[in-house]
Amino acid sequence: MALAIARPLGRLLASPGQAALAGVIALFLLLFLVVPVTTVIYVAFTEKGTGVFTLINFVDFFRTDLFVNAFWNSIYVSTATVLVASIFALPLAYITTRFSFRGAVLIQTLGFLPLIMPPFAGAVAMQLLFGRNGSVNLLLDDWFGFKIGLMEGLNGVVFVQAVHYFPFILVNLSAALRNIDRSMEEAAQNLGCSGFRLFRRVVFPLALPGYVAGASLVFVKVFDDLATPLLLNVKDMLAPQAYLRVTSIGIADPMGYVIAVVLIVVSVLAMWASTLTLSSKDYATVQRGGGGLAKRTLRPWESAVAYCVVGLILALVLAPHLGLLLLSFATVWSFSPLPDAYTFAHYARVFGDSSVYIKNTLVYASLAALIDVLIGGAIAYLILRTKLIGRQGLDWAASAALAVPGVVLGIGYLRTFYDVPMPDGRPLATFWMMIVLALAIRRLPYALRACHAALEQISVSLEEAAENLGATKMRTVRRVVVPLMTGGILAGFISSFATAAVELSATLMLVQSNSDAPLAYGLYVLMQSPAGRGPGAALGVIAVILVAICTFLSHVVIERSQRAKGALH
Amino acid sequence: MSQTVISPSLRATAAGVRVENVNLAYGSNPVLKNVSVEIEPGEFFAFLGPSGSGKTTLLRLIAGFNKADSGTVFVGGKDITDLPPWKRDVGMVFQSYALWPHMTVQRNVAFGLEERKVPRAEIKARVAKALDLVGLGHLADRRPSQLSGGQQQRVAVARTVVVQPKVLLLDEPLSNLDAKMRVQVRRELRDLQQRLGLTTIFVTHDQEEANTICDRIAVMSDGVIQQVGSPMELYEHPANLFVANFLGSANILDGSVLTEGAARAFQLTGGIRFPIPASASVPTDAKLVFRPQDASIGSTAGGGGNALSGVVMHREFLGSVVRYAVRIGDSDIIVDAPFRSGDALYEPGASITVRISLESALWLSS
Ligand SMILES: Nc1ncnc2c1ncn2[C@@H]1O[C@H](COP(=O)(O)OP(=O)(O)O)[C@@H](O)[C@H]1O
Ligand SMILES: [Mg+2]
Repeated sequence: MALAIARPLGRLLASPGQAALAGVIALFLLLFLVVPVTTVIYVAFTEKGTGVFTLINFVDFFRTDLFVNAFWNSIYVSTATVLVASIFALPLAYITTRFSFRGAVLIQTLGFLPLIMPPFAGAVAMQLLFGRNGSVNLLLDDWFGFKIGLMEGLNGVVFVQAVHYFPFILVNLSAALRNIDRSMEEAAQNLGCSGFRLFRRVVFPLALPGYVAGASLVFVKVFDDLATPLLLNVKDMLAPQAYLRVTSIGIADPMGYVIAVVLIVVSVLAMWASTLTLSSKDYATVQRGGGGLAKRTLRPWESAVAYCVVGLILALVLAPHLGLLLLSFATVWSFSPLPDAYTFAHYARVFGDSSVYIKNTLVYASLAALIDVLIGGAIAYLILRTKLIGRQGLDWAASAALAVPGVVLGIGYLRTFYDVPMPDGRPLATFWMMIVLALAIRRLPYALRACHAALEQISVSLEEAAENLGATKMRTVRRVVVPLMTGGILAGFISSFATAAVELSATLMLVQSNSDAPLAYGLYVLMQSPAGRGPGAALGVIAVILVAICTFLSHVVIERSQRAKGALH
Repeated sequence: MSQTVISPSLRATAAGVRVENVNLAYGSNPVLKNVSVEIEPGEFFAFLGPSGSGKTTLLRLIAGFNKADSGTVFVGGKDITDLPPWKRDVGMVFQSYALWPHMTVQRNVAFGLEERKVPRAEIKARVAKALDLVGLGHLADRRPSQLSGGQQQRVAVARTVVVQPKVLLLDEPLSNLDAKMRVQVRRELRDLQQRLGLTTIFVTHDQEEANTICDRIAVMSDGVIQQVGSPMELYEHPANLFVANFLGSANILDGSVLTEGAARAFQLTGGIRFPIPASASVPTDAKLVFRPQDASIGSTAGGGGNALSGVVMHREFLGSVVRYAVRIGDSDIIVDAPFRSGDALYEPGASITVRISLESALWLSS
C-alpha cells in the first residue's frame, strides 16, 4: 500500500520522508502480523503437504468429539465468565456512581486491582483459598460439614477469569453511567417517572453501550486465553487444544491451525456483534454540560446493605492477591487454612537463580513498548497530519491485531519463521527477539490509540506557526510535536510495558529455553510443581508490584500532561 | 409551526405559580436570597439576569430538582414544596433538550403519557397531535441525533406539553440555536404559548429575548429579584442601577445631591452642577442615570446649566444613529446622535459639548 506513494503524484500528498516511513511501517506489519496470520489461515485451508485448497481440516475438526467439546466448553466458559463478572461489576458500578457513597473512589481503585495481576498467578492462589482442599472449604468442612466445588473443572476457570476480568465491565459501565447527562434522568422524572422504572427505561439503556463494550471484551479475552485453563489443568478448551497440538504433535499438524482460525472467527464475530448492537441504536448524542447522574443519599439501612454487598465482592475479588502474598512467604501451605510457617527463602531464590526471568521481562517489555510507541506515534502522525494514500490501511492493520489471539500469533510465528535460519543455523523462530516482536504486535493497538489521542489534542496551528517561522517538517516534529505529545507517548509506553510484562499466550509458544524466558513464563513453569509454588508466588508478587507501579506512573503522567495542557488553554 | 386548531386534549388549564420567601444555599454560598415572586395563570413570564444570578436554580426549584432551605412554592394554589419532581405536573424543557437517544421521536413524546398509564390508542392520538402542533409529524420515527438543533428543540417542547402540565418551564431554550433560528423559534414559542394558554416561565440572560416575547419579567442578580414588571416598565422606571444597566445601555454619573432651600442640585464629582427638576424624586445617595439617546452632542460653543464639555474618544456608525464614546472629566459616557445623510460627524479627539435632557434622566441609588 505504501509503495504507490513514491510516484511523482505522491509529492502533493506527502514528503518522500513520510512515504519512506510509511513503507517501513507497512513492511513491519506485513512481516510480523499479516504474513504469520495469513500463514495460519492458509495452512488451515490447504491440504497437508500439497498446498491444495480444502475444507477437509474443518470437517475433521467438527467430526472430532474432543474439539467440538472443546469448542462448546470455551463458549460456555466465556459466556459464564461474562455473567459472573457482571454480577461482580454491576453493583459496584451502580452504587459508586449513583449514590453519594463514602469511599467510592477507593472502591473503584480496589475494583481495578485484579486486572494488574496475571490471571494465571491468581489461579494458584485461588486454588489454595477456594479449591477442594483450600482454606474456605477446610473451614466450611470443619464448621458445617460440607464443601463448595467452586474451583472444579470449567467452573474453576470461570471463577478465576471472572475475578480477573470483571474490572473491564466495571470500568466501562461506571464510565457510561457517569457520562449520562443528569438532565436525561431529570427529564424522565419531570414526566412522572421514578425509582426502578427510571433505571429500566432511561438509565440502563443509556449505559448499555458501556456494558456491552466491557462484556464483549471480557468474552473475547476469556475465549482466547491459554494460560489460565492450562494452569488449572483444564485441557478441553480451544486455546489449550491448539497449544497442545502444536507443541506435542508438531507444527506440521493442521489441527492447531484450524483451531486458530476458529478462535479468530469467534473473536471477530463477538466484536462485530457488539458494534452492531450499539450502532443499530445510535447513542451518539452530544452530552452538553450536565455532568453525571444525580447522586442520591442513602438511608442508613440502605447504606448498610450497600456496604455489605461491596465488602463481600471486594473480599472475593481481592482474595487472590492476599493468597498470593501469603503463598510467597509460606514454608508449607497445604491442607490447612493458613500456611504452617513463614520465610523469605522464596524471594531469595527468585532474586538469585531466577533473576534471569526478571531481567528478561524488563528487556522484552521495554523493547516491545519502545517499538509500540515509535510505530504507534508514526502511524498517528501519518493519519492525522498527512494525506498519504493508504495511511488508513496502516491504522486498520495495526488495529486488527486486537482480533488476533495470542496463541494464533504464536503459532503463526513458529510456522513462518521456523524455516528461516539465522547465521548460526538455528531457526529464526527460536530467537528471543521474536518474543519481543510478538509482544509489540499484541500491544500495538493500545499504544496507537494513546498516541492518536495525544496528537489529536494538539492544534495544527502550533505546527503551522513553527513552519511559518522557518522550521522544516522534520524539525517541527522534533521541536514541537514530540515535546507536546510526550505525556501521551509516555503513558502509551508505560501501559504497553506493563501489559507486555505479564502477557503469556504468545510467549508460551515462542519460548524455547529457560534462559530466554520472561517472568510470566517462569511463573508458569514454577507453578507446575508443588516445590516451585513458593518461588512462583514470589515472582507473581513481583509482577503485580511491577505492573502496579507502572499503572500508577502512567496515571500520574497522564494527569500531569493534562494539567499542563489545561494551563495552556 | 403549523396553524392546526388546538384540540382540547392539549389545551391546558392554566395555573398560577407563587414562590414565597425562598432561600437556598450551596454549602455556604447563598444562591437564592429571600426570593418571592408571583406568576399569573396563563402568563408568559421571564427570569432575566446575568449568568450565575440564580435563574436556573430558581426554575429547578419550581420543578422540584432543587430543595429550598426555607420558603414555599405554590402551583395553582397548592403547596408543592415537598412533592418530588415526578408528582408535580410541572413541565420542563431542558437547556440541552435532554432527548433520550435510545428512543425515537415518537417514543420520546409518548414517554410521559406512558408513565401516566394513558390507554395506548389515546397515547397514539395525542402524540400525533403534539407532533403536528410543532410541525414534526413527519419525523416521528427518526432518532433525536438525526434532527437539527431546532427540530430537537421542538421535540423537547412537544414531549413536555403533550402531558398537559400545569406550568411550562423553559431554561434558556434558545441558547443552543443559531442567531436566525433564535428569532424564529422565539416567535413560535410565544405563539404556541398563546394557543395553549399555558403558564410559562422562560429563563434567559438575553434582555432582547425577554423583552420581545414576555408579558412580565423578573430581573435577577446575585440571587435577588431586583424588580418585576413589563418590559416597558422596567426600561422606563428601573428600580435601581442594576436594572437600568441590564435593560438597555445607561450612562451613570457619580456625584452628590445638594439641597439649597427648596431648590435641589446635583454636583458631579468633577464640580459641575445641574439643577434637579422639581418633579423628580431623588434619593440622597443618587447617581445621575440617562440613556444614550437622552443626550445630544454639539460643537464646543455655548454652555449652560446642563452642558458638559468632553472629548470624543471613538465613534461607531450604526446606520440610523451614530454612537459616540465621550470622555467627560474622568467618566466615560455614550451618546447616540440621530444620523441623516449629509450630516458631518465628529472625529475622535474633537472637543464637544454634551447636553443631557434632565426631564428624562433618572436618579437612582446603587
Ligand atoms: N450544584 C451546584 N453546586 C454548587 N453551586 C452551584 C450549583 N449549581 C449552581 N451553583 C451556583 O449557583 C449560582 C447560580 O447558578 P445558576 O442558577 O445556574 O445561575 P444562572 O442560571 O442564572 O446562570 C452560581 O454561582 C453557581 O455557581
Ligand atoms: Mg442557567
